[in-house]
Amino acid sequence: MRTSLRKSVAFAALALVTAGSVARAEGEIKIGEINSYSALPAFTEPYRKGWQLAIDEINAAGGVNGKKLVVISKDDAGKPAEAVTAANELVSREGVALIAGTFFSHIGLAVADFAKQKQVFFMAAEPLTDAMVWSKGNEYTFRLRPSNYMQAAMLAEEAAKLPAKRWATVAPNYEYGQSAVAVFKELLSKARPDVEWVEEQWPPQGKIDAGAVTQALLAAKPDAILNVTFGADLVKFVREGNTRGLFKDRAVVSFLTGEPEYLDPLKDETPKGWIVTGYPWYDIKTPEHDAFLKAYQAKFNDYPRLGSIVGYGTMKAIAAILAKAGSTDTDKLIAAAKGVEVDTPFGKIVFRATDHQSTLGAFVGKTDVRDGKGVMVDSVYRDGADYLPSEEEVKHLRPQG
Amino acid sequence: MEFFVVQFLTGLASAASLFLVASGLSIIFGVTRIVNFAHGAFYMLGAYVAYTLTERFEGFFGFWGGILLAALVVAAIGALLEIVLLRRIYRAPELFQLLATFGVTLMVQDLVVMIWGPEDLVGPRAPGLRGAVDILGLAVPTYDLFLIVLGPLVLGALWILFHRTRWGVLVRAATQDRDMVAALGVNQTWLFTSVFALGIFLAGLGGALQIPRNAVTHLMDLSIIVEVFVVVVIGGLGSVLGAFIAAVLVSELNAFGILVFPKISIVLVFLVMACVLIVRPWGLLGRPEGPARQPAGLSIRPWHPMSPNQRLLMLALVVVAGFVPLVAGNYVLTVLAEIAVFALFAASLHFLMTVGGLASFGHAAYFGLGAYGAAFATTMFGAPMVASLLLGPLLGVAGAILFGWFCVRLSGVYFAMLTLAFAQIAWSIAFQWVEVTGGDNGILGVWPASWASSPAAFYWLALAVSVAGIAALRVLVFSPFGYALRATRDSALRSEAIGIDRARVQWAAFIIAGTFAGIAGALFAFLKGSVFPDNLAIPMSVDGLVMVLLGGIETVSGAVVGAVVYKALAIWLVSQTDLSKLVLGAVIVLLVVAFPKGIVGFAEDLMARRRARTDDGGAALAAPAKAAPAAPGSGAAPIAAPKMEAAR
Amino acid sequence: MSEPILEVENLSKSYGGVHAVRGVSFSLRAGEILALIGPNGAGKSTCFNMLNGQISRDSGSVRILGRDTAGMRPREIWRLGVGRTFQITATYPSMTVRENVQVAILSHHRELGRLFGFAGARHRTEADRLLGLVGMQELAARPCGELAYGDLKRLELAIALVNEPRLLLMDEPTAGMAPKERVDLMRLTASIAREQSIGVLFTEHDMDVVFEHADRIMVLNRGQLIASGTPGEVRNNPDVKAVYLGEGSVYGGEAA
Repeated sequence: MRTSLRKSVAFAALALVTAGSVARAEGEIKIGEINSYSALPAFTEPYRKGWQLAIDEINAAGGVNGKKLVVISKDDAGKPAEAVTAANELVSREGVALIAGTFFSHIGLAVADFAKQKQVFFMAAEPLTDAMVWSKGNEYTFRLRPSNYMQAAMLAEEAAKLPAKRWATVAPNYEYGQSAVAVFKELLSKARPDVEWVEEQWPPQGKIDAGAVTQALLAAKPDAILNVTFGADLVKFVREGNTRGLFKDRAVVSFLTGEPEYLDPLKDETPKGWIVTGYPWYDIKTPEHDAFLKAYQAKFNDYPRLGSIVGYGTMKAIAAILAKAGSTDTDKLIAAAKGVEVDTPFGKIVFRATDHQSTLGAFVGKTDVRDGKGVMVDSVYRDGADYLPSEEEVKHLRPQG
Repeated sequence: MEFFVVQFLTGLASAASLFLVASGLSIIFGVTRIVNFAHGAFYMLGAYVAYTLTERFEGFFGFWGGILLAALVVAAIGALLEIVLLRRIYRAPELFQLLATFGVTLMVQDLVVMIWGPEDLVGPRAPGLRGAVDILGLAVPTYDLFLIVLGPLVLGALWILFHRTRWGVLVRAATQDRDMVAALGVNQTWLFTSVFALGIFLAGLGGALQIPRNAVTHLMDLSIIVEVFVVVVIGGLGSVLGAFIAAVLVSELNAFGILVFPKISIVLVFLVMACVLIVRPWGLLGRPEGPARQPAGLSIRPWHPMSPNQRLLMLALVVVAGFVPLVAGNYVLTVLAEIAVFALFAASLHFLMTVGGLASFGHAAYFGLGAYGAAFATTMFGAPMVASLLLGPLLGVAGAILFGWFCVRLSGVYFAMLTLAFAQIAWSIAFQWVEVTGGDNGILGVWPASWASSPAAFYWLALAVSVAGIAALRVLVFSPFGYALRATRDSALRSEAIGIDRARVQWAAFIIAGTFAGIAGALFAFLKGSVFPDNLAIPMSVDGLVMVLLGGIETVSGAVVGAVVYKALAIWLVSQTDLSKLVLGAVIVLLVVAFPKGIVGFAEDLMARRRARTDDGGAALAAPAKAAPAAPGSGAAPIAAPKMEAAR
Repeated sequence: MSEPILEVENLSKSYGGVHAVRGVSFSLRAGEILALIGPNGAGKSTCFNMLNGQISRDSGSVRILGRDTAGMRPREIWRLGVGRTFQITATYPSMTVRENVQVAILSHHRELGRLFGFAGARHRTEADRLLGLVGMQELAARPCGELAYGDLKRLELAIALVNEPRLLLMDEPTAGMAPKERVDLMRLTASIAREQSIGVLFTEHDMDVVFEHADRIMVLNRGQLIASGTPGEVRNNPDVKAVYLGEGSVYGGEAA
């Protein structure tokens, strides 16, 4: 008696839930989202806030095509295999219209390959690797953040203006570091054939023996240094470099160091005068950014990081693509995404039709210390479109067929 | 010349930090035999607590007092952990404590983010030691010099503690022979607690002293724990001086190694460990472990093949599993396929650990090699899926043949660490050899053939392969070879005396375990569609260990249950919460306390007890069944017996 | 007289300049029970371990059934037909008593490499026969880990008989046993040895056991043989008396 009662209650509940979700599903579009929330909270939390803000704004304005956007967000625990599981859950079980997100390059690639296999639209948010849209690019995958190549091109342009001839490099020993160094070397050598590469150091990511690395760089007596390390490695490297006088009278060009995620922890120990890419949210005076900044600070009582811009831009881009496609059909989404224009806090961007890379740019400037905090000064926005190879060149980089 | 001197000093400074943490681990292992996986977590806690204290109390005394206080606070937490958790499980099978400390590590990783926030924290520089000293025209940080002096000072202090105090003498005695100290009437409980607290103090101090040179992050624990283990093993377990020498050796080799091979750091410590263990199987200053050690997997309840009824039950379970696709959705089927793959992986490790008594810390190597093998076959040679599934595992087999040959020459924790070293070497090859393996960007596009591409079809495939593999492993357990393997585990002395070639038998077992792991890995590659170095990294090996221990190391195939429980829980938690590590860690800790013999071990005890009760009427069969559970944790009884006799 | 089973000539071993065993020579015939005795540190264990291959010898020769055992490992020496028991028993606690014997039988038939078939079903009769020989048939299904110490010693004897040995090496066969068990075990050993014409070499601390069961006794002191002969001869040897003087009434008979 009691069990049968319980059973029927359960059935009723199940029926309600199912009915409810069906009813809701008619007025909404589900977006699947995956990121390394538990593994890299420092980067993914601001990112999450960014997309939450965007979703709020989009839905407050009536959604897309008359439907509300609903994001179902999953953690990937920092592992590609888990990310594929999550993607599968989103696609097979939740029936999302498309998937978005990821931070690590290898996870982004795993999900992109999943998208290709399952024929699902994938908007890669943060992965930097060039393989994402070039050597391992596929029809289903688009990428928002300015790529490794673009960051390298922006920095190489500045580096070429320096008198320095003897260059040393230090980069984490994995694909990101390796390709950052390779592209930078290639572009700088092209612009300045007189440049010499005198030393390279490849500390393992997260485990730099900063004293020894600094000493090795010192011994090579370079005029300038390219740094690709970040996070805790960067802190150690900066501290050792400062104490041992590595940065005295030497130019340093550094990937991403101007992003608040990496710059803020350094506080008053921020080295001055490094040429970096980044996001000086405190110094950007454009109406688009002002509006974003105000809304962000009002909602979260916190300042945005670069991740916030990426998260925000990701959902704005998705909304624009959905609106343009007028459908959630994958083929239509792909067709719509090619060449779609999106308004972001950095201004209008375009997703290129050939390689699916957005033209979102970055700020290039110099590091400095203001009120005991690390900041970027003299920063200038570089439009991503100017630092990408032409669509003609890029065609050969992508797998055919 | 000047440069080399300064580089040498830099190496010494790195060695000092490494030594502090390593010495604590070595002391703890020496006395309690606990493989304290949480040591890195305490190192990290030391840094976080020190950050808070030094930010609050400024100035000279504020800073140094904060550092010391942080280490004491962490030591107190460590002592609490020992009292509340570890004391309950000292009598559990060997390595079970590893599972508990692993659970704690997972929890701490999430807790520090909850308490201190996700962002990297950069603490103050040390007052008075901010700058640099000019040595031969080169700037050397004063703090480095401080660390260079501190290392030997701590070494000396520990020496005095161990040689000039009664407590220290007891600790050394316990390191050599635990039973003897117990026989002397020493209060072992508090000896263990105090030793654990001292070890954790050193870890906390090591972490706190990182404040002026490092950023405090929630990833600190992982970046040091493995390295510290390696240092301890190179030095010789339980030897503090050995740890010191090893720390200096590793740090100096790194400092100079990067000048010649800038990419060497990533694999250097493991290369050094592999070389040292091959030449000196007990580390630089270690001694062979006493024979009184109970090998992993030893149970005093003899194993029996399944009865016809049990076989029918298993068959029914498999049939039921086969019908799941009729009711389950695609996502559930994919998850179940993954669980099946891990059940096979865990069963292969279980075979090695339980039947062979060989705890491998690097079993993921063969899983990962199998996955890479399948990926190579698919993407490089365009082999069809079935061919890739057959060829892929061969790479795992090849790895097992090569690495196993060296590993089976060692035993106990040294065996475990050599397997770890080889796994890391394999990992770094997959990670670095970008042209072939794609480096950390992996190999993409390893998707199943069209007939197996539907979730249901792949699930059936995974289920069939996994069931066949697990069944084959079970057949092996009860085959003559399985008996030979158990024989080498139970008594190496006896086995040699009846003509069994221990190394060969264990090598064969290693290869068999590697083969099945490789098969699981190949399936995994097709399940995920891509292969990454993660597949043969340490976390994958640890997952395997956790599954085996959770299932029950004294059982015939408990790992299957362990794999199902652990993997299902992990996948569900990652999907449901960002705090999956906290919850998973807590669940593991609870399971460890509730089921100190693992889930299946617990169930078997329960059944044996019930059988004993029902048979109490006087059936002769009751005797063995009753006796087994009546002796909890007395697996060492047959070994201890002669000692007692001798004492008479 | 039959060929000697075991011939030892000039066996020596030293550790860092200390002579543990020096110039020991003796031989053993089928069916003969030979005891090797001596005070602690006399070199009994070293000598024994050189015979069974556990440690290498510096010089001298050991021939078992006419074959020089130089460089042979214990498992190879076992294959020559040598059974052995240990001072502290070494058995397989995770297996039943019968399985302990079965493993040895499987090894003797070189069947341990087989990957299929239930090992527990193989050679059961033979295992039970051997267990019967040592009076343990009713314990066959018991977990070995539960056995009393005296039973473990008997089990070791059964295992030692598996390869139809011509030579039995027993290191302190009765150590740790109750007096009644000692007598029983040695009687059993002696009867089996005579019946199957096995040569037995054993070391022993208990002089009652030695003098009652040995056909011949060798006395080792500071690495050298100082006496050898029948129990009667050895008992009255003045050198032996001198060596054992410090040990009290060790072989006074009923002293204990």
